[in-house]
Amino acid sequence: MSAQLAPNSISELVEAVRSTPRLIPIGGNTKPRLSKVDAARLSIAGLRGITEYEPSEFTFTALAGTPIKEIAEALKQRGQYLPFDPMCVEAGATLGGTVASGLSGPGRFRFGGLRDFILGIRFVDGSGRLLRMGGKVVKNAAGFDLPKFFVGSLGRFGVLAEITFKVFPQRVTSHTLKLTVEGADAAASISMQAAGSRWEPDAIDCLPDGATLCLRLAGPPQALDALSREILSRSKGEVLSEDEAETIWIDLREFRWAAEGPLIKVAITPAIWPAFARVIRTLSGARVHVSAGGNIAFLSLPDHTAFSKFDEELRKLGLCGLTLRGDAPLWSGTRTQTIITSGVKQALDPQNRFPSLED
Amino acid sequence: MSDGVISRLASLLPRERLLTHVEQLAAYESDGLTAFHSRPLAVAIPESADEVISLVRCCRQERLPFVARGSGTSLSGGSLPVAGGIVIALNRLNRILKLDPALRIAVVEPGVVNTQVSMAAAPHGLHFSPDPSSQTICTIGGNVAFNSGGAHCLKYGMTSNHVLGLKAVLASGEVVEWGGTSRETVGPDWCGLFGGNEGLFGIALEITLQLLQRAECFHTVLAGYRTLEQAGEAVSMIVASGLLPGAIEIMDALALEAATAAVHAEYPRGCEAVLIVELEGPRETVEIERARLDDILLASKPVQTRPAQDAEERQAIWKGRKCAFSAVGRLSPDFIVQDGVVPRRRLGEALRRIGQMSKEAGLRCANVFHAGDGNLHPLILFKGSEPGALEKAEALAGRILRMCIEMGGSITGEHGIGVEKRQYLPEMFTADEIDCMKRLRAAFDPLEIANPGKMFPGGEAPVLQQRGLHPLEQAGVLSRE
Repeated sequence: MSAQLAPNSISELVEAVRSTPRLIPIGGNTKPRLSKVDAARLSIAGLRGITEYEPSEFTFTALAGTPIKEIAEALKQRGQYLPFDPMCVEAGATLGGTVASGLSGPGRFRFGGLRDFILGIRFVDGSGRLLRMGGKVVKNAAGFDLPKFFVGSLGRFGVLAEITFKVFPQRVTSHTLKLTVEGADAAASISMQAAGSRWEPDAIDCLPDGATLCLRLAGPPQALDALSREILSRSKGEVLSEDEAETIWIDLREFRWAAEGPLIKVAITPAIWPAFARVIRTLSGARVHVSAGGNIAFLSLPDHTAFSKFDEELRKLGLCGLTLRGDAPLWSGTRTQTIITSGVKQALDPQNRFPSLED
Repeated sequence: MSDGVISRLASLLPRERLLTHVEQLAAYESDGLTAFHSRPLAVAIPESADEVISLVRCCRQERLPFVARGSGTSLSGGSLPVAGGIVIALNRLNRILKLDPALRIAVVEPGVVNTQVSMAAAPHGLHFSPDPSSQTICTIGGNVAFNSGGAHCLKYGMTSNHVLGLKAVLASGEVVEWGGTSRETVGPDWCGLFGGNEGLFGIALEITLQLLQRAECFHTVLAGYRTLEQAGEAVSMIVASGLLPGAIEIMDALALEAATAAVHAEYPRGCEAVLIVELEGPRETVEIERARLDDILLASKPVQTRPAQDAEERQAIWKGRKCAFSAVGRLSPDFIVQDGVVPRRRLGEALRRIGQMSKEAGLRCANVFHAGDGNLHPLILFKGSEPGALEKAEALAGRILRMCIEMGGSITGEHGIGVEKRQYLPEMFTADEIDCMKRLRAAFDPLEIANPGKMFPGGEAPVLQQRGLHPLEQAGVLSRE
């Protein structure tokens, strides 16, 4: 790894980018595989702080290195939250790192993922220009939607300096129902039923034990009592205490269930979930957390030895995986290569100052 | 030159689907922004994705500008033809290719009309959330290209937020497939980048849309206020309460007058503003939140509140709201619709200033707006037959846009820049930022053949001419909002 750059202001950030021929931005380093490339490391941790927060607008703007935890606490004080449910909060994930890694948590089920809440960005492109795209209001259709493109862009197209998000009022209470399921087929089927139900669940996640489906409801307490009773009359399970529920959700959010080895995010669908689960069962020591009603799988492998088999099986399923941490290639499964990818890369980073998605 | 091009295009399509006669082209000369018109060289009417791909590749070989068009409802002139170029009319690519109720997705062709998606999804208790007022006629391809909105954007977002996958032919001729049926992706969000490209990147051929469960229960209230400020204050109180309504809309007196005349809607008398608030969710939740909303509304001192008692009354409230713009056609022979956004807390101030500016300009201005997200739709009324009236109206529209920028908002919430607002782009973005956008455009369209003259200032100016209401508007089919 090369030396670390650590700007403390946006102007220092611009200067650092201009003076470094090859670099990769890093945030809290909670998903280290994403930035494990041969390039100077530019830490955005020095760009810290909420620059604007207007609770009445449902928006805030913060510097990219601001820890999510700091933001979540500021929002909580005003009864608001980030509905896409960011991951690795306790571990120290930053706002910019969260955007660049494109990670949303269980709560993305109800109102959408990170891409649905990002409104605007300021970033430094590969030519060292500080640019603003998108806006600071909750509705805006002016100009190309680069803020969305930066979601999941892995720091390969520019360095995020400041980001504006939409937030929502936090619902009064939440209930977590722990349902017992027999196998992935049942879990997928119950998830799809719950997703299409009148209950409007906030999250539907299958724990790494593969036998527990956690269904979170949010709203006024009296309503949740009634809805919980209805769900439990149909499925075997129980309502968890607040403490039990919090432990479960934090463990998922922080990947505390995962082993030291490769941790891989795969975009799946509830339809392919059972087939995906069958593949995982053939990999010794693999564990999986299926999140967002069967739309995200977080897979933990004990070490890199199982990776090539996983990669091959994932390709057969036509799915794509991204390694967040651990010793394994960045990508797995099927990826379509397009000419436009290099075109957009050239447009934003003509001198290849940032590594490519293939590096 | 044009004969050669025509014969090459004619080799790609049956002759009856390549329109070249003046009388055939007339219908395509303008879109929802009727003040502009331009006659294309030809209109191609493909029936399959392969035909669209061939057309785009032919345009590339011939360096021939093309404008993709759905139903032509763009209010920013987004589908205004380019003289000497062709229009690719996508209305016949109107198949819903797949509807999967368990996955809650639909795969559609670009010419599918917005409401048709929700109608097809309705038997499964699902719907497609973006609901522009022109939803009974506008197409999904256009919704994607302009990232269309509607009344439910604060809670559920705009069109881009509901696009999970795309197959598209880029202006470079490349055919790409992005995303899929999962609600998640890995890697950069290409569908997100394509949404709202205003036709400058290429043409969407297949669009995978996420469908949402229709709420079990709705509670829609209409409240009349003596002043606009009071209505604005009520919005602030609702937002501060922690409720998250599906929609919060305001109509002012002039808009109410128009809606009353058009659909015989009845609104509380003596009101300068009407607020529409809609809660939705499981019945138990709505029941509790409804009581909270009632308390808030009571405290906001309305002249009258009128909750919809059943689905029919709810429909009537929304019908009055959604027809408001075309209804203004009854009050004035001509009007311009604006689409600026201001921070919600400054709505009251924005409305006062719009009132002041329209007074100074000697023009009447009706206001209908998405109060929940600060998206204003001032309607500037004028008589096009009076010399200089259009220019005066345009000048007022420009002042309103500048005010939106100055307040930290946007020049467009959901209609796009198009032809209409392109001269204001440099007021919202720096030269470097516009250069960045141009570089992106060049990556997708190195020859600048896809919808040229839109979004970016400069280029060939189309003809600005007063032509009155669009024929569909006169028939009450199309509305400008």
